[in-house]
Amino acid sequence: MVNFIIDGKKVEAKEGATVLQVARNNGIVIPTLCCHESVAPSGACRLCVVEVKKGKRTRIVTSCLYPVDEGLVVETKTERVMNVRRLVMQLLMARCPESDVLKAMAKEMGIEPQPAFHPETDKGKCVLCRLCVKACEDVVGVSAIGLSGRGKDKKVGPPFVEDSKACIGCGACAYICPTEHIVMEATDGKRKIWGRSFKMQACEKCGRYFAPVDQLKYISQKTGTSLKELAVCVSCK
Amino acid sequence: MKTAKNKQKSVKSIIKKYDGDKTAMIAILQDVQEEFRYLPKEALSSISKQMEVPLTRIYEIATFYNAFSLKPRGRNLVEVCAGTACHVQGAANLMDRIERDLKICCGETTKDKKFTLEEVRCLGCCSLAPVARISGNIHPNLTQDQIPKVLANYK
Repeated sequence: MVNFIIDGKKVEAKEGATVLQVARNNGIVIPTLCCHESVAPSGACRLCVVEVKKGKRTRIVTSCLYPVDEGLVVETKTERVMNVRRLVMQLLMARCPESDVLKAMAKEMGIEPQPAFHPETDKGKCVLCRLCVKACEDVVGVSAIGLSGRGKDKKVGPPFVEDSKACIGCGACAYICPTEHIVMEATDGKRKIWGRSFKMQACEKCGRYFAPVDQLKYISQKTGTSLKELAVCVSCK
Repeated sequence: MKTAKNKQKSVKSIIKKYDGDKTAMIAILQDVQEEFRYLPKEALSSISKQMEVPLTRIYEIATFYNAFSLKPRGRNLVEVCAGTACHVQGAANLMDRIERDLKICCGETTKDKKFTLEEVRCLGCCSLAPVARISGNIHPNLTQDQIPKVLANYK
């Protein structure tokens, strides 16, 4: 256990925990986009910045990556922190002017879009946080999508921007996407994601379409459960 | 032209050269590019399969580095330097002239597959500005008038 101070409050935390985790456990609000419990933190969105004082030195760090330490002094709402956070938010808004999630967040923080940062029109709602890529790789384990290009051309998607053979249509990327950039369309018996259409499996008992056939095949292959067993939805099991 | 089978074979031998080491991916891609002058889609897929690296990861590397091309390149790669020194000495005019002479835009390949034209940032020989590199040969102090003659040597 380590003892340190956060926003003037003495707190105790487990060693190895991050500043963000401890702050949230203590009811301190820190905005984030790229933080998700099922994926390792990466500090991509830069919204979770806080000011950390260790010894004589004060600096701005991403709280989702910074481990707590004995004698640390953390400030989450100082002017310096808010300045950085405001700038990050303004840049994010210029990148994704259409994102409702960002708009709502900005409103909450009282931030207006800045004319100095010219809004992009071709980036969609993607902030390049890599959550979807990591979910696809680490959680699902298929690596169907990834980043490509560099700098202003960087974007997320399946390789060669075509139907990915590796994709199983699970929709984890659409679920985890913090800005609703990845769209999954569901119609009866079909699911469309990344431009590819997936046939859905109807539950053998209730007839509800509950998962893509490709995903069930993948689960069957991985766990050794027969496809027949998997053809029944969770609520009918 | 290489047949699909031959392509497979050369990709295999390149991977074998590096013992299938995943950390040597850039080197492997460089060798593949040397072999085919670009990175064919099928080659990337077969590397992915043989080395058990997701295709997305390989695509990420292949699109990140300027040196890699996913589009077929011509026999001769014409690289016009647009670094500061060359830019000041009129690299834009050189580029213009080559574009007109080859009838292609920067980044394209001629129909006869003889030339691919690209702009690079610095070739590291600023005292020779403006320079162009054609198939690895540096052409120093280039002027527009010299271009037809220089290009003719590579036709």
